[in-house]
Amino acid sequence: MIDIRPPIKATNMKKHHALQHLLKRLQKQPKTLAPFVSLLLILSVTALITPGFLEIKFVNGHLYGSLIDILHRGTPTALVALGMAVVIGTRGIDLSVGAVIAISGAVTAVLTVNTDWPVWIVIACALGSGLVCGLWNGLLVSIFNIQPIVATLILMVAGRGIAQMITEGQIVTFHSTVLNAIGNEFFLAFPIRVWIVLGMIILTIVVMRKTSLGLFIEAVGANVRASRLVGIEARLLVLSAYMFSGFCAALSGIIIAADIRGADANNAGLWLELDAILAVVLAGASLAGGRIYLGLTIIGVLIIQTLTTAILTSGLPVQYNLVVKATIILAVLLIQSPTTRQWLAKRFQSKRGQNAKKEQNSTSSQNHGRADQ
Amino acid sequence: MINERNLPIFATLTVFLLLYGFGMYEYKGFRDTLVFTNLLTDNAFLIVTAVGMTFVILSGGIDLSVGSMIAFIGVLMAYLITSLHIHPILAIAISLIVGIAFGAIMGMIISVFEIQPFIVTLAGMFLFRGLAYLINLDAVPINHPFITALSDIYVSVPGRGGLTFIAMAMLVLLVVGILIARRTRFGMNVYAIGGDKQSAALLGVPIKKTTVKIYALSGLYSALAGVIFAIYTSSAYPLAAVGVELDAIAAVVIGGTLLTGGVGYVFGSFLGAMIQGVIQTLITFDGSLNSWWTKLAIGGLLLFFILLQKAIVFWAKKRSPAT
Amino acid sequence: MTPHSNVKDHSRTTSDHSSALLQIRSLSKSFTGVQALNAVSLQVNKGEIHALLGENGAGKSTLIKVLTGVHPRDEGDIQLDGRAIHARDSGHAQQLGISTVYQEVNLIPSMSVTENLTLQQQEKSFGLINWKKADTRARALLARVGLENLDPSRQLDRYSIAIQQLIAIARALSSEAKLLILDEPTASLDASEIKQLFSLMTQLKNQGMGIIFVTHFLDQVYDITDVITVLRNGECVGTFPTASLSRSDLVSHMVGKSLDDLATSSDHQTTGKPQNTLLTMQHVGKQRFLHPLDLTIHAGEIVGVAGLLGSGRTELCELAYGSTKPDQGHITLHPDSSATPAAEPTSLTQKSLRQAIQSGMGYCPEDRKLDGIVAELSIRENMILALQASKGWWRSIAMSEQKKLVDDMIKRLAIKTPDMDKPVGELSGGNQQKVILARWLITHPKLLILDEPTRGIDIGAHHEIIQIMQELCEQGMGLLVASSELEELVMFAHRVVVMKDHHKVAELRGSDVSEQAILHTIAS
Repeated sequence: MIDIRPPIKATNMKKHHALQHLLKRLQKQPKTLAPFVSLLLILSVTALITPGFLEIKFVNGHLYGSLIDILHRGTPTALVALGMAVVIGTRGIDLSVGAVIAISGAVTAVLTVNTDWPVWIVIACALGSGLVCGLWNGLLVSIFNIQPIVATLILMVAGRGIAQMITEGQIVTFHSTVLNAIGNEFFLAFPIRVWIVLGMIILTIVVMRKTSLGLFIEAVGANVRASRLVGIEARLLVLSAYMFSGFCAALSGIIIAADIRGADANNAGLWLELDAILAVVLAGASLAGGRIYLGLTIIGVLIIQTLTTAILTSGLPVQYNLVVKATIILAVLLIQSPTTRQWLAKRFQSKRGQNAKKEQNSTSSQNHGRADQ
Repeated sequence: MINERNLPIFATLTVFLLLYGFGMYEYKGFRDTLVFTNLLTDNAFLIVTAVGMTFVILSGGIDLSVGSMIAFIGVLMAYLITSLHIHPILAIAISLIVGIAFGAIMGMIISVFEIQPFIVTLAGMFLFRGLAYLINLDAVPINHPFITALSDIYVSVPGRGGLTFIAMAMLVLLVVGILIARRTRFGMNVYAIGGDKQSAALLGVPIKKTTVKIYALSGLYSALAGVIFAIYTSSAYPLAAVGVELDAIAAVVIGGTLLTGGVGYVFGSFLGAMIQGVIQTLITFDGSLNSWWTKLAIGGLLLFFILLQKAIVFWAKKRSPAT
Repeated sequence: MTPHSNVKDHSRTTSDHSSALLQIRSLSKSFTGVQALNAVSLQVNKGEIHALLGENGAGKSTLIKVLTGVHPRDEGDIQLDGRAIHARDSGHAQQLGISTVYQEVNLIPSMSVTENLTLQQQEKSFGLINWKKADTRARALLARVGLENLDPSRQLDRYSIAIQQLIAIARALSSEAKLLILDEPTASLDASEIKQLFSLMTQLKNQGMGIIFVTHFLDQVYDITDVITVLRNGECVGTFPTASLSRSDLVSHMVGKSLDDLATSSDHQTTGKPQNTLLTMQHVGKQRFLHPLDLTIHAGEIVGVAGLLGSGRTELCELAYGSTKPDQGHITLHPDSSATPAAEPTSLTQKSLRQAIQSGMGYCPEDRKLDGIVAELSIRENMILALQASKGWWRSIAMSEQKKLVDDMIKRLAIKTPDMDKPVGELSGGNQQKVILARWLITHPKLLILDEPTRGIDIGAHHEIIQIMQELCEQGMGLLVASSELEELVMFAHRVVVMKDHHKVAELRGSDVSEQAILHTIAS
């Protein structure tokens, strides 16, 4: 197997440090292992079914292969999932990201075609549109106290209408060297968009972990009353979480528009919110707020994308994709549910009682449940 | 006497009448009964779906699987009729049982495993769509004398309009839905669970049993919507009814049902779906307006009704003598 | 915890078996190792109003919940009308003849009064609910509680909590109730409403119903009840005829101390001279929350807050900290004049919590799980939360610094944990309390407010926490400590504020601080 080490080497010490940190955390919290195991399992099964799945070719300074394809295609979902993870950490949810993708794509396309503004300003405007959408959601949630599902439903419904209004109902195609490069070209052997997403992930993790933003968001999501009593103001945090999610979705929208060199207000990012939520849940986060697993969320995205690509390349009919996806979600949910855990814990305790073994209790039983998937 | 809790549904009725009145004032063709009966026929499957969704939302839950269920049931029915040559009545019965069973399973996962309905029904959404693909990838016509006979039923009303079979079926299902909601113990339990789950349990409401029934009912209603949709289009297509869950949720919310549960009426959801239909018809009549105005209008109405409900709750709290 | 004297001798010996309605024999219930009820026996007769009294955690609510089937019992025997009963849930208990009205109105606020009154008991015609019949029935039920003129078609939450409470009682009467349990029904009622409730209770009593009445208002106990049972620490202290039990005896039973025992036990210490004024509360109060009061706290002083459950202990702590804003009065935090003579005192009345924390306030809330710990986060994260919040999110405390601070605290407070990255939710209650204490110690507060710091933790940790408080006081910190454990309070507090019915009724200082004096103040 040709490994995917180059990007890790390229980002040198910081990434290395993060890896060590990760390994340390893995030792302490074996449940974080589940997404990795799942990903490896899916990769190996696919490799067995489809010979050459793991092959990577080096042509003209570019890497090609199914694995690179997974990274390439996973970028929009990864960005959206990144924002979604933060929002879910605050005990919220953002259903509007698909619509925001459509809006930002529409802004990118229309400004590129109708103005001669430099591309950087166009991109800034598109990102700005995402921030505004996030601000809207955040205001509804944190100031008007509307449930997140309901608040973001409004933009989910109306957002595509806004995008269509911007493009006047057309699929606007455009040509821009910079945007084309973002969509499809390579840099240092990898697609440029993979670098962009990698940069965004690292930036987010650094901001979350080097400042106390991550801690505060997790505290607010896990126990908003206790957080208030230690002086953490939840409103602004929640507001910025939705703005961050809007920003990530807008960036994702630019990449999707750049990929197809056009804006399709109806189909850009359609149902991406569901994949993103799924990735966050696969990473082990609870929809009831609390711990945010940014790195694992990306693994979750890779799991989903690998499944999709694997089903495509394995020759199975495309339609299996949805059934497999649904089965995996259900399996993961059932394993994560408190009822199952209690049941497993009980069974294992009684078994241990019979065998009279002295082991660590609940962790080992959870472990077993995870490994079963 | 106008009760505070009836206020949203009066608002919905007003919006509906205003939109309809505007259409009648602006366009001659709008004044014919045909427009109204066509609204009933064209939105029958959406209304039936929204009726089932109302129970779920009243209980404080959500069901994202309804759109996929419609497609899946349509494809299943077509398969049973055209490939296995089963009589449509039996095929419909089997499809409905499948719908109930899948709904009940989701309800069981939600209540027994205590997983959020949002995620469970999201999985259901993927699963049903996938199952529909597994049965059939393409659109298949459903050609059977019985189905044709059903489509041909038509009861004329004064004017050029008339009630089709599916419009009448929808009205019957609507009335049944209203009766279940307001006149059965199950219906009252749904309101109680949505209003305050802990209190409901202490008042003796069987929470788990009722939850399973709620999702089974929603499964049944979306399966019925699937049957109606199949008769309406005389075909089955696995990509049918994409996004209908959103329209149904919007219909319920515009109909005045609180998304947090406990407050609302089945009839409101009927009005909510009809409002969406009227907006579409108005845009068609206008000719110069673009389709995106539908989405914007529905989004705007959603916002309006959510804020209205917030305002009512806020106002009620202020007025209530002690908190 | 305290080996209480064998007071069961006082209990009723002449129990009339013919009129016994409810008989509970040696009922036990434990939750994951905590014994909530320990061999409790109780008898309620027909036509008797039976008060069930005890402090928080005495086992009253557990007893009620076991009785109504919300919790399964571990051991014991419950008989109603001579028949052994096993309620599966509260609906089943109702069918068996036990109706319960809880402190928090357990009805559905979004449904109409009629719908609430008939839920699960609707009358049907042709398989459908007949709302006309339901309405008639609802009006009849409302008439029984004196609400003839109430419109039952309106939504429940349109009515005041007091009316809702009466409606809940009406519902409890709707089934053929033999035993009515009223759990703190008077907390939200005003005097005339209480009178109305009492006349209803008397009427029901005369019809032969048995009533269990839980309350923390002692006046009401003497107004209406026939018999009193006192629970303490999950055990039955005894059952006494109301007429022959003096108030001071009742209070002693509730707090587990006899006044006679206390005459000599004045181990109260007045060492550590109060230094500078730290916090002043001038006429601070809030409507329906706390009657306005004055209080001053000095540096190097522990001020105790005593009172029975519901007396306003927690409310005082919340106002002092600022987590609930008063609607009148001023709270001022004074600077340490020896260190910075020119510094101005800070008014905290309108300040945000973050500003209060920055000026040197800290608060360990009563409900550790709900308001204190963030269960999913680690010990380290929980401990630095308050300091980090006061610094703001951008000035993150360096990890090495965090580890040092947390490591010090784990050692200093002897927190038992393998490492600092363990989620706090997995620690024992005592260690969780220490983590919250550490969270504030890291911020070096001038004034620390602790609400029930020793509740629900084992005896060892109990002692340690008191020791820590005393050390902090010696180092010059001011402490405001609310506690239901009088023995402890007397031991460590330099001054004790006594609360009753949301009023400050006394402030004991110096040699006046004794359990006896506190009990006398509460009972009078």
